[in-house]
Amino acid sequence: MQYQQEQDYTKKLDAGLWRRLIGYMKPYHKYLIAIMATMAVSALCDTIFPLLTREAIDTFIAGGQAGGKVWFIARYIGTVLLQSACIFTFCMLCGRAEMGINRHIRKLAFKRLEELSFSYYDQTPVGFIISRMTSDTARLGETVAWGLVDLFWSGFYILITAVAMLMLDVRMALMVLCVMPVIAVVAVWFQKRILAGYRIVRKTNSQITGAFNEGIMGAKTSKTLVREESNCREFSVLTGTMRTASVRAAVLSALFLPIVVSLGSVATALVLQRGGTEVFSARGLVTVGTLAAFVQYSTGIFEPISSIARIFADLQASQAAAERVVSLLETEPEIFDTPEVIEKFGDSFNPKKENWPDIVGDVEFDHVSFHYATGEEVLEDFSLKVKAGQTVALVGETGSGKSTIVNLICRFYEPTKGVIRIDGEDYKSRSILWLQAHLGYVLQQPHLFSGTIRENIRFGRLDATDREIEAACRAVDAEDFILKMDKGYDSEVGEGGNRLSTGQKQLISFARALIAKPAIFVLDEATSSVDTQTEQKLQAAISVALEGRTSFIIAHRLSTIRNADLILVIKNGRILERGTHAELLAQRGYYYTLYANQFREEGEKKAWQEIA
Amino acid sequence: MYDTIQSPAERGVLRRFGEFMKGSGLKYLGSVFCVAVSVLTGFITPLLIAGAVDAVTDTLNGKGVNGVNLPGFLAGFFDARGGAEYLARHIWIVAVMLVAVSLIGGLFQYLRGKWSAEASETIAERMRERLYAHLLAMDYDYHVKAQTGDLIQRCTTDVETVRRFLASQVIEIFRTVIMVALALTLMLSIHVKLTLISLILIPALFGLAFWFFHWVQKLFMEADEADGQLSAMLQESLTGVRVVRAFGRQRYESDRFAVRADSVHDKSLRISRVMAVYWSCSDMLSMLQTGMTLLFGILFAVRGEITTGNVLTFVSYISMLIWPIRQLGRILQDLGKSMVAMRRVYEILDAKAEADTPGAGEAPLWEDIEFRHVSFHYDGKQPILKDVSFTAKAGQTIAILGATGSGKSTMMNLLQRLYDVSGGEILIGGRDIRTIEKKYLRSRVGYVLQEPFLYSRSIKDNLAITREDAGTDEIERVAAVTHSDGFIAQFKEGYDTMVGERGVTLSGGQKQRVAIARTLLRDNDILILDDSLSAVDTETDRAIRDALAKGRSAGGRVPTTFIISHRLTTLADADLILVLEDGAIAQQGTHEQLIHQDGLYQRVYRIQAALEEELKNEIA
Repeated sequence: MQYQQEQDYTKKLDAGLWRRLIGYMKPYHKYLIAIMATMAVSALCDTIFPLLTREAIDTFIAGGQAGGKVWFIARYIGTVLLQSACIFTFCMLCGRAEMGINRHIRKLAFKRLEELSFSYYDQTPVGFIISRMTSDTARLGETVAWGLVDLFWSGFYILITAVAMLMLDVRMALMVLCVMPVIAVVAVWFQKRILAGYRIVRKTNSQITGAFNEGIMGAKTSKTLVREESNCREFSVLTGTMRTASVRAAVLSALFLPIVVSLGSVATALVLQRGGTEVFSARGLVTVGTLAAFVQYSTGIFEPISSIARIFADLQASQAAAERVVSLLETEPEIFDTPEVIEKFGDSFNPKKENWPDIVGDVEFDHVSFHYATGEEVLEDFSLKVKAGQTVALVGETGSGKSTIVNLICRFYEPTKGVIRIDGEDYKSRSILWLQAHLGYVLQQPHLFSGTIRENIRFGRLDATDREIEAACRAVDAEDFILKMDKGYDSEVGEGGNRLSTGQKQLISFARALIAKPAIFVLDEATSSVDTQTEQKLQAAISVALEGRTSFIIAHRLSTIRNADLILVIKNGRILERGTHAELLAQRGYYYTLYANQFREEGEKKAWQEIA
Repeated sequence: MYDTIQSPAERGVLRRFGEFMKGSGLKYLGSVFCVAVSVLTGFITPLLIAGAVDAVTDTLNGKGVNGVNLPGFLAGFFDARGGAEYLARHIWIVAVMLVAVSLIGGLFQYLRGKWSAEASETIAERMRERLYAHLLAMDYDYHVKAQTGDLIQRCTTDVETVRRFLASQVIEIFRTVIMVALALTLMLSIHVKLTLISLILIPALFGLAFWFFHWVQKLFMEADEADGQLSAMLQESLTGVRVVRAFGRQRYESDRFAVRADSVHDKSLRISRVMAVYWSCSDMLSMLQTGMTLLFGILFAVRGEITTGNVLTFVSYISMLIWPIRQLGRILQDLGKSMVAMRRVYEILDAKAEADTPGAGEAPLWEDIEFRHVSFHYDGKQPILKDVSFTAKAGQTIAILGATGSGKSTMMNLLQRLYDVSGGEILIGGRDIRTIEKKYLRSRVGYVLQEPFLYSRSIKDNLAITREDAGTDEIERVAAVTHSDGFIAQFKEGYDTMVGERGVTLSGGQKQRVAIARTLLRDNDILILDDSLSAVDTETDRAIRDALAKGRSAGGRVPTTFIISHRLTTLADADLILVLEDGAIAQQGTHEQLIHQDGLYQRVYRIQAALEEELKNEIA
């Protein structure tokens, strides 16, 4: 698989993308609107405080008025309470919106993941998908919810403050308002660069983590190759880059705040000069209280502006995450049931099992061709008829295309030409779930889920009783090792089943396939060696599994190959030879060499197992 | 996992930390000084405004001759020119000063940021380099036992914690202390009673923050745990997507995912709920405090005890103080973490690095090698090698056969001095191997591990890692010898294909071949292949060995070669075969000798021969 670099960011802010994303958040629109309303009230409160100061100075100090203090205190406390309530409300709303949006998108995306075809999984490393489902969605929830809070507060605050100032004194207000665009331009300029700076820091940081990872994982090899000094030299280049990048980003941020604050102080100075002069004018419109209020407004004005600048920078930074998530949500599965099929048999989430026809297990490839999205033909005009209950062994080197046939049978992929029929019907005329519910599948590297042994086996058929589960385990001779575990069937298998040995995992996955009572059995035989006893058990398990079922096996074991009803010898995606074991040996062709090699390798293993 | 127990030893950790600060200490002190200056300038601005407001008020009230309410020499300047009235009429002077003070403050604030970043980043750089170098200097055994994830976390997360501690937390604490001290002094000098009233809710604010951030940590941990479970479930479900589909379990998995997504949602929501309570309470206290200062200030102003300007000053100071004090509670809570992080870093640095025997030097290595009664055990535990004795002539091929755990690899580890013998001695050309310098030895003894590690760089760079000056033709030659050229050519970018984490994943057999190739690229006196062809198919195995042997028959000095393998065919041509059982040599001799001797070798040989016979019969 070729290395894919996760795209880090895009240059321009894409409003359409965000609109589409917000569209996905429909159930949370009401929260977003409520947040907007709360922020308006909150900004109003923040504008009121300087007005109260003004009133206090003008009435009580300058005016010398003694009464009305209780009313004033009441209003002050009222505003405090209102503001506190706003803060409480938007924190709650925001938490709800953030977490809710996060969860909502995660669920949508997971559902989409369950619908997507294997071509998607073949092209996208699991690590990428996981980061989309965890950090990316988390980031979107955060950006949307908290970004809105800041955006609305700042917007309303600027608006209301502007109105308040204009009402108090137009000329002074205009002075403050004139400084604002300058601050805005500076803020945007800085925020963009600061963001870009920290992006480099983050990137370098992940390189350092990678280097530590490699240094530690590869320490043994580095030692045997005496690479210590060169490794250190290379590493110190990296840490040097990191220091330079971090300092550069930090210096930019260190420059930013003083500059906007100083710009803000220009506004304050202007106000002071203008107001200080105006106080003495005959018109007497400007009082000391008004002056004080203006000073308060002007010293705080840089904050909402730089906050808005930050939000836009943030949006830009989160845009890559948004793109990744939206593209996941909008990826269409390549394999899907037609509406008519869904109408009749239900989809993968809500099946209509009552309409499902029974399955016999005849499989037919009728002039099937197949190629992956990358182009090259892997299967060409392939025809094969398998009667219910027959066993087909697929033999060939790694990468020869054996798994393609299996993938087609499982409908993980569909033929690009030709038809696959099951019980004489094109399998596309039945639902995907119908087929897969009748499949038994055992992977080369058995995949178990964390949980108990019982749960893992029940994965094969959710309504299986405990007795059926135990019967399945007995059938594959897995019961004695299960009972020896600390909690028997209820023992935890660990993450990915790592508390079990490979052989044990294989036995469990056989039991899991058996309990599904599949009509069609697909087995990708393991090549890894297990001890003799387990090997014997596995062979027995295979013959139990094959009994009375149509089976397709990517075969490595000689015994499996020999017993197959039909052997397909595959090389470079072509069926080179087909026939029974005896027929093929007699041909003395490719199968003959393959078999001899396999025989020797197996012999070697056996020899060691017998000695041990 | 962090534990927050703090021991007296941690103070030692802090003191020892001084070594990382060397050369950066001055900058660091400088940034602390700048913090002090910028705090001071921050306090001047409200004073200027107060002075202006008061002068205007006095002038309006006809008290224009009053002294000016400004600190020290500034007051002198205006008073000499006619006091309040002069200031009120020339208010632009104050306005200009306001901007000037703000600029000066900004300058120092900038210097503070710059210097503290430079100091802390240099310190972090030093820590990272020390850690990296130290980890590489640790002996082989350390890395055999190492827990990679934990080490990486210490080198990254913990270093970052310490860096943040230096870059912001320490300075933030300084700033808060200076601020409080300065504000207190200034406020007390203006009005004692109003100062006391203005500080009344401050302890409550600090306490609330301190207590809250302590308490909320538990909630954060729970949420992190839920997050971890969600990721784990995703990881499992997505890597097992074939199983999920094959059993048609899409619905089941979606439901399982939903449970985890809900748990993350609920746990995080709990945090935001308590956060909402905290922020609103804390903000309410702050606003009430400001309100009280304003109200009482006005009361005192009405009584003529304090000027209007000074009331405004008080209000400004209080709102300036509140935020850092609330932050202080949080920082103090985080301090414990920084100490633990530092201790964890030192745990690595305190581990003893690999040392060489004093006086060890270089010696010719293309010589006869003798194991003389060699025994080995890991510190006091079960013996791994027992009384191993044999002699290998220079240039010979020695094959080693034995079951898993019989001590084959350990024996080879001794030849590179990855471990030293516990008893007996290994002689190369009659010289005890322990008198040969480790680095030199390892540079002349090519050792290919069973599971070799490839670096995440191009195939070409991986090959040239043993000799960075190797030419393309040499690289292609070793690739050909190891039959790697075939699969390398199949990659779109050929030799420039990236491997490892950020590139293609090579199969076990491909990795082994690249590892052999890179070892062959340099000049070896001794070559060790530790089951290095186990993942390569029999035919390629044979072809590679033939190619190696060709180098042999071409004459010249070929390295003394040790081959560990399970495949008898691989071993049969060796000059000497050692059969190891339970750490002791059970048999030694050539293939011809051993097949006629009762023992392990003969048994394995017979079984394999019998199978070969069976195959012949079946085909015939």
